[in-house]
Amino acid sequence: MKRFESVYPLRPLFFRKLKNHLITLFSWSAVVIAVGAMVWILGTVLIDGLKVITPGFLLNPSKPYGIPDAGIGNAILGTLLITGGAALLAVPCGVAAGIYLAEFGSGTRLGNGLRFCANVLMGMPSILVGLLVYSLMVVPMGSFSGVAGSVALAVIMFPVIMRTTEDMLLMVPASLREAALALGMTRTRAILRIVCTSARNGLLTGILLSLSRVSGETAPLLFTAMFADSWPKDYFTGPTANIPMLITEYTTNSPFEEMHAAGWGAAFVVSAIILFINITTRICFRERHHGK
Amino acid sequence: MANKISARNINFYYGSHQALFDNNLDIAEHAITAVIGPSGCGKSTHLRIYNRIYELYRDQRVTGSLFIDGVDVLNEKVDVLELRRKVGMIFQKPTPFPMSVFDNVAYPLRLHYRLSRSEIADKVEEALRGASLWEEVKDKLKSSGLALSGGQQQRLCIARAIAASPEVLLMDEPTSAIDPVATLKIEELMVELKKRFTIVIVTHNMQQAARISDFTAFFYKGRIVEFGDTEKIFTNPDEKQTEEYITGRFG
Ligand SMILES: Nc1ncnc2c1ncn2[C@@H]1O[C@H](COP(=O)(O)OP(=O)(O)OP(=O)(O)O)[C@@H](O)[C@H]1O
Ligand SMILES: [Mg+2]
Repeated sequence: MKRFESVYPLRPLFFRKLKNHLITLFSWSAVVIAVGAMVWILGTVLIDGLKVITPGFLLNPSKPYGIPDAGIGNAILGTLLITGGAALLAVPCGVAAGIYLAEFGSGTRLGNGLRFCANVLMGMPSILVGLLVYSLMVVPMGSFSGVAGSVALAVIMFPVIMRTTEDMLLMVPASLREAALALGMTRTRAILRIVCTSARNGLLTGILLSLSRVSGETAPLLFTAMFADSWPKDYFTGPTANIPMLITEYTTNSPFEEMHAAGWGAAFVVSAIILFINITTRICFRERHHGK
Repeated sequence: MANKISARNINFYYGSHQALFDNNLDIAEHAITAVIGPSGCGKSTHLRIYNRIYELYRDQRVTGSLFIDGVDVLNEKVDVLELRRKVGMIFQKPTPFPMSVFDNVAYPLRLHYRLSRSEIADKVEEALRGASLWEEVKDKLKSSGLALSGGQQQRLCIARAIAASPEVLLMDEPTSAIDPVATLKIEELMVELKKRFTIVIVTHNMQQAARISDFTAFFYKGRIVEFGDTEKIFTNPDEKQTEEYITGRFG
């Protein structure tokens, strides 16, 4: 095809096309690297982890090296308890604070302060959060405990949930808020029933992602929940088993092959839990999504 | 005809920026009053005082009086929820709530009244018929209000507004985001609705104002330049600015 005549000097097409190809190539390689890394990690966990997964491994409690019929059942239950407790603490507080920020706190001194603190807290190394809870809870209580682990994880979740809630609520158009008020709803009702409902998918996604993020956290549990070779019946008073600590212990502090293998098995379980949360999030929200 | 609403010496401020100057306006009952004027002249601002929706924003402030049925509703003592039940509002962009068609219309009913399930169902149907939407949605009352077309969504919002049994309907460019056929439907609907409600409509469409309204107010730079019978405003306005605006010779 003949190129169109132009009164201005044309830029050579060759370089523009080359640039286009280079940028496309670059973004493709980025995708390949990211996906490749994920496949590699999941693949390793899958191959090494699946070898040790048996019903007994999932159901029996962990035991010191050498005792037969050991498993990671107590760690699975402990992790569920600790992250569940964290969610119970962080979700209501985080959502409420996020609502405050989005609906009442824009431009106020309290709002800006809160937002600043949340940003600082989000950037804080999680081991510091562990130390903080250690000095505020573990030392006064005189013992490690599962609930201290929950508090540490909640401190990590809180700012994330607060900021996602704020962002999601701010995305709801002002006209919807006004329409709700114009019908004669109170401010509270308009926010809870109309604004939050519109932002529901975003809110739930944020909560679930923060949950799956902390369910694999190790550092904050190091000084709080610790670990115990028993069922987590001492959640409120004593060290509580959990998967991340079990992995750390078994793979870094143990010279035994069997322990390393069990560590991989535990890694497989925690990955499966996180994957499960992520996938259910996506499926639920695809179907429940309102509108066209 | 009696006046439903009387605005007296209304001044409005966005922070330190004054948007309305000394507005005085009488809105006749069971009539359509059109508010026209160039963009940014304060039409929406004026309308948003009538149901005190501006109160949502901390920096917005009004002075003056707004009498509805003789009561100054800008007085702090007037209950704003009660006011908003009496004064419904339709926005430029349709604002269906994220719930089913039925629930959208039932919402104000449940909000303001104590009704049984069957009474609610009846009133929802009545409101949807009132907004001439019933035939189109009667088979999909359970599907999301967001899944309707733009014109249907706007009529859904009208149905939702009239379900609360208001006395006044405020409409801020209700048809500007909607195609001509749906617009005609909504215009016919408004002429029908004025038997039951007092309607104030902001519009940029001169033909629309001329077609459906009984009275017209022309706003310019935050002031009400001229107000009177629509026929007079459109055929023989007193003010030069009004004439230039409606004939499109505005400079
Ligand atoms: N939220 C706001 N903050 C500050 N100033 C505002 C705000 N909204 C409107 N204004 C100003 O108030 C004046 C009137 O605006 P308004 O929205 O009432 O105009 P309008 O007549 O409805 O215009 P349009 O026809 O474009 O809708 C304008 O000068 C505008 O810049
Ligand atoms: Mg406007």
